[in-house]
Amino acid sequence: MSFRPGRLALACGVLPLALAGAPALAQAQSGTHSGKLLLTGGVSSIDGAAGGGLTPWAVTGGYGTGNEIGGSAFVTRVKTQDYGLTGYGAAVSYGDWVEVSIARQDFDTGPVAGALASVLGDPGFNGLRLKQDIFGLKVRVAGDAVLDSDTWVPQIAVGLEHKKAHPGHLADVLTAFGAKDSGTDIYVSATKLFLAQGILVNATLRATKANQNGLLGFGATDHTNYTLQPEISVAYLLSKNIAIGAEYRAKPDNFRDNTALGADALKEDDWADLFVAWAPLKNVSLTAAYVDLGKIVPGVVTRRQTGAYLSAQIAF
Amino acid sequence: MNRNTLSTLFRGVLLCAALVGSAAHAQTMAAPDDTLYQQLGAQPGLTRLMDDFMTRLLADSRMGPFFKDVDHQHVKEELVTQFCEVLGGPCKRKGPDMKKAHSGMDINKSNFNALVEVLQQSMDAQGIAFTTQNKLLAKLAPMHRDIINTP
Repeated sequence: MSFRPGRLALACGVLPLALAGAPALAQAQSGTHSGKLLLTGGVSSIDGAAGGGLTPWAVTGGYGTGNEIGGSAFVTRVKTQDYGLTGYGAAVSYGDWVEVSIARQDFDTGPVAGALASVLGDPGFNGLRLKQDIFGLKVRVAGDAVLDSDTWVPQIAVGLEHKKAHPGHLADVLTAFGAKDSGTDIYVSATKLFLAQGILVNATLRATKANQNGLLGFGATDHTNYTLQPEISVAYLLSKNIAIGAEYRAKPDNFRDNTALGADALKEDDWADLFVAWAPLKNVSLTAAYVDLGKIVPGVVTRRQTGAYLSAQIAF
Repeated sequence: MNRNTLSTLFRGVLLCAALVGSAAHAQTMAAPDDTLYQQLGAQPGLTRLMDDFMTRLLADSRMGPFFKDVDHQHVKEELVTQFCEVLGGPCKRKGPDMKKAHSGMDINKSNFNALVEVLQQSMDAQGIAFTTQNKLLAKLAPMHRDIINTP
């Protein structure tokens, strides 16, 4: 992976801003029955769990607290120079305690499809799409990210994301590379809103075998074990209903020894983004981000994949 | 991730933590002064805020039932004194402690958050800056431990 210190420095760059700036805890329209403050349930991550865009947080989605049921649904579109990803899903929460989520991802492999068809002489690769279904479960085990503003104790949750990849025509290739078509990520997340400063920080540690989040299967020949990958989000409340921030998500690189398509042909990079989340209404949030997904299958497409991330969520 | 990367990453995390920490520290140091109390307009400002707050609480479908049968003037005075004290002003709240004061009602987290929302609306209406609002809320939010008494 290729970590760039400048990126985290950027993430930290919002902190001094907050000391001089004007943070705000979110407000909401009066009259809604919803029991949480605006944006404190996060947005929907691409894997379906409530959190940032790329990573789950310790919060539960939707606006339920106590014995209430909360819920959310989302659709997300990511477009880089050569690839596209569409994701959609939903989450249901019981109080602040448990969240169950489902999501489906559909990845357009762009130029890789044609290259595979040509190199392997198999037109079946043309138009290749990699799909994945994700079932998520998250349980809060301690703390209140928002209200415990006089302590350092964060809200902590443990979770899992069970992923079933549908690699289509690529299935046999992934099997030959030693990748399985399903896997389960296990993570622990800690989320803290520094209320007086208007800054939210999340750190997630994920045990995973996933290749490109699971779209290229799980594990690889000689790399079949879980590895621990950190993920960090920092958000700054710019006004009542707007948050800006940055995220970094480390990923395994299980195909690093694979030379079937050339050295480093399947090398995998970490992900990062800069985002702005806006809640025009308590029940609606829109997130736009600049994402850097690094190189994806650099054996075929050598340039870095950067681009736009757009996500819409409704929550109750 | 290789070791080098991890070490860079954790240095970054430490930097973040240090920055946030220094912010929190600065706040602690500032606590004894009455800057926040003055920013909220001292006694006249807090009185205006609580007049507006009580009006909104009574009009709010979630909060109205909790307040309609209480002595509004008394509650407003209690709140002014309490906010004054919390903000570093020259006040000392008497009366029962927060737990006792709320023991006669069933209050869940949803109710608590609804009250915070109404307070935010009142602070908006009084033209109180976001920064100031959040500093005040950060001082009030921990009271959830004494006020919320129902799951």
